[in-house]
Amino acid sequence: MNPRPSRFDRALFFTGLAVLCVWTLLPIYLLALGALGGRDIVSQWPKPFAPFSVALDTLRTFLAIDGVWRATWVSVKAAAMTMVMALAMGVPAGYALARFRFRGSGAYRILILMTRAFPVAILALPLTVSFIRLGVYDTPFGVALVHAVLATPFATLVCASLFMGIPREFEEAAWVFGCSRFTGFIKVVLPLALPGIAAASIFAFVLSWNEVFAASVLTVRQRPLTAFLLSVLSESPLHLQFAGGLILIVPSVLFIFLVRRRLFAMWGIGNR
Amino acid sequence: MREGRLLPYLLIAPSVLFLTGLFLFPLGQTALLAFQQGGSWGLGNFHRMADDLNFGDAMANTFKVVLLAVPLQLALALAMTMMLRQVRRGRDILVWIWSIPLGISDLAAGLVWLAILTDQGWFNSALFQLGLISSPQAWLTYETPLALLAAIVIAEIWRATAIVFVILLAGVQLLPKEYEEAAEVFGATAWQRFMRITLPLLKPSIQTALILRTVLAFEMFAMALALGGRNFPVLVSEAFNWQYQSQDYGVAAAYAVLVMAISIAATLVYLVALRVPAEQRA
Repeated sequence: MNPRPSRFDRALFFTGLAVLCVWTLLPIYLLALGALGGRDIVSQWPKPFAPFSVALDTLRTFLAIDGVWRATWVSVKAAAMTMVMALAMGVPAGYALARFRFRGSGAYRILILMTRAFPVAILALPLTVSFIRLGVYDTPFGVALVHAVLATPFATLVCASLFMGIPREFEEAAWVFGCSRFTGFIKVVLPLALPGIAAASIFAFVLSWNEVFAASVLTVRQRPLTAFLLSVLSESPLHLQFAGGLILIVPSVLFIFLVRRRLFAMWGIGNR
Repeated sequence: MREGRLLPYLLIAPSVLFLTGLFLFPLGQTALLAFQQGGSWGLGNFHRMADDLNFGDAMANTFKVVLLAVPLQLALALAMTMMLRQVRRGRDILVWIWSIPLGISDLAAGLVWLAILTDQGWFNSALFQLGLISSPQAWLTYETPLALLAAIVIAEIWRATAIVFVILLAGVQLLPKEYEEAAEVFGATAWQRFMRITLPLLKPSIQTALILRTVLAFEMFAMALALGGRNFPVLVSEAFNWQYQSQDYGVAAAYAVLVMAISIAATLVYLVALRVPAEQRA
């Protein structure tokens, strides 16, 4: 190992770590102050850095605005549907990639990787027209369909890597004991892969919860929260915008906490 | 097994159908929409796009943000990754804190920085308390283009360095320690080890991170809208306005095709510039 680092080096190192943590957390804290500080804090100058009076006023006013609850509810519905679709298609496809060698698997991988290289805008624009024709325009389901295009490839790759990590012998043993491929999968593979699949579905949820462009283009009245916030950006007072931002951030932060141990498995593999 | 021949195709069929209908098909439609006008082929939409007052600004702004933010994000993420390697206790909590922005959308990040940088925001309050300014300053107007650009670049760095960091950290964890230990035995300094060994070995992860990040950076628009409103047009916000306010799908599609072309070009540049030798591929 190196000669012991000097005390000065160590101090510098820990300062660096602390600065990076502050850099990440301070902006969120300040937004929370703006959102929870009550009506007065927006006009207050100079602004306090400590929460002198935490009032839930602003948040309550924001939630009382016509449409916020509905927008949040639309977001939740769209995100839940995205999650279900991504899993319904991603789990079987991931299993196919992990357990079979078949002609066309290379082409299939390319199709999946392609979805990452194209901006959402390019999908959302023409889909407006077809969605109107199909009657799913301005519905949470329509929004979820587009979000599932983004989430399914991700779920597929993550599931493929999860299943590859489960020895084939486990399944073969189940077949010997009379399981079919399907029941073997349900009883042996699925329970082992479940934590990973849960993390993948949380990612699908957050992806949909956060997406702005398609959500805005494909809705008029049934707006998800992101689209709603974007459409009132120029009209609504600042403290309400902050409240909206905070509501947008809180679930995502919680989700990242839930899946923190799997972040690398997800992003390390999911992006290769 | 006989079922084994058909089964994989049955398993991928739903997602193939789905992605064909909702990805490949719209992709083609957008291309058609962009190159057609009133039923005839041509570059009319692209001409109208390029003639628009905002086009030059949108193009310049988008490239400025990408060219400033992406290299800084890579540098910062590399520093974070290398620092984390030295940490023994509390790694988990550091990783969690540093990856929190992963879950934050560009709209929410825009609102966060709006709270800080607005006239009577916390940034000005801090300057005031330090005695640097006497009254609220505006940073986010068309009169302060440099400050506005800086605000958006900073917000972009704050939000999206986490993705680069997580990809690099995943890559670092796969690196064999032996090379670095050998270099240390031969007297290489920490900086030499980083430049000559760690960085080249990390090339596949760096490539992945740069491709993903650059493509996403070209898509950024809600943050620009939240912070700059109409003062900071970017390519995707223009596509959004043409579609949404002008209801002109042709020009919006032309923008979408332009963004796609730029993304593909950037990806190819990275693939060539950071070519990974075959024996190094996992």
